[in-house]
Amino acid sequence: MAAPVKVYGPPLSTAVSRVLACLLEKDVEFQLVPVNMANGEHKKPEYLKIQPFGQVPAFQDESIAIFESRAICRYICEKHADKGNKNLYSTNPLVKASIEQWLEAEGQTYNPPSSALVFQLAFAPRMNIKQDEESIKLNDQKLSKVLDIYDQRLESSRFLAGDEFTLADLSHLPNTHYLVTVGNRGEAFSSRKNVDRWWNEISSRDSWKKVVEMQKSK
Amino acid sequence: MVMKVHGSVLSTAAMRVLIALNEKGLEFEFVPVDMRAGEHKKEHFLALNPFGQVPAFEDGDLKLFESRAITQYIAHVYEDKGTPLVCEGKPMATVVVWMEVEAHQFDPVASKLQWELVFKPMFGMATDAAVVEENEAKLAKVLDIYEARLSQSKYLGCDCFTLADLHHLPALTNLMASPVKKLFDARPKVSAWVADIMARPALAKVLAMRNQQ
Repeated sequence: MAAPVKVYGPPLSTAVSRVLACLLEKDVEFQLVPVNMANGEHKKPEYLKIQPFGQVPAFQDESIAIFESRAICRYICEKHADKGNKNLYSTNPLVKASIEQWLEAEGQTYNPPSSALVFQLAFAPRMNIKQDEESIKLNDQKLSKVLDIYDQRLESSRFLAGDEFTLADLSHLPNTHYLVTVGNRGEAFSSRKNVDRWWNEISSRDSWKKVVEMQKSK
Repeated sequence: MVMKVHGSVLSTAAMRVLIALNEKGLEFEFVPVDMRAGEHKKEHFLALNPFGQVPAFEDGDLKLFESRAITQYIAHVYEDKGTPLVCEGKPMATVVVWMEVEAHQFDPVASKLQWELVFKPMFGMATDAAVVEENEAKLAKVLDIYEARLSQSKYLGCDCFTLADLHHLPALTNLMASPVKKLFDARPKVSAWVADIMARPALAKVLAMRNQQ
């Protein structure tokens, strides 16, 4: 039996939690390897060997070492296509195209404003960094426009890529969780009928609940 | 029915798709979108891309947006045509890693530099030197990592040219014609890689198209 895969980094990291959610959806056994970021472990030569940009997560599976959370998720889904949630990253080319489109939309359009807000609202206070009010205002506006488009899309589609929960929806879980909890941005989501429905559905998944538990305990 | 690409020849994202189609030797129709007139924010275009951005793509009944999703679709569905664009016989994992690197580490910085040094002057706006300096420093750090990677691998994803390299081409076309060129020239492996991928005929075809419009 194959050894569990290794995920390096704290579950509190949005990018790490993205990978954890995917592993749980796919029923793939994993070992979480702590990285002491407060001590700068992620910037030290040993760690840079497995993630040259000095960020979390890093990932190892038998002989392969990869990084970038969305690349890791795709790898997990392709390698274990028959395990766990088979719809997460469909092998049907037309369905996959739609998943890729919304996964790219998450990475290119949703992620920038949402991660800026997560940093300002959730992490800066903890790190004793002064919040940038301009940045918060600007990114709240950007996020609002994106959510309007999402609400329109989700009017005619249960999930972003279609009728099934996929990697495209999963990819939104980490940032959104922080936004609606510690970030106090719940209203941006609950005030939009379809976004509200979608968020409630995807955040109630067992896999995500487990990740949130992991974030609480570390 | 022939494939359609809706966009502008000046758009780096649209260029990404056009290059991929040319690498594959595929027939397509280019449908210009008049961005200066705000066509990309109008109803008929929003039906193709609700985010109001170029490019948008059609292949029969399939409609797609997001250039990197479109190129991946092209590379997989037309894998037996033209340049492979994926790693033949080897796991795709590393190619996907470096596609994400382009998207999240290289492109944000490269886009800011192109905006300041290429597009602002085009629109009669003033370049912000502080933004340029800040982003040149960031790009330098990214390129140091590229230099190390390209010392171990002929191309970013593996030993052959793939989407991981292709996705950089539109930005490189702009940056290598700007003062930022010096950052690429200063790193031997990066410099050789840039020269190699920019010499590809598929890119030349897209630039010829751009010069005609």
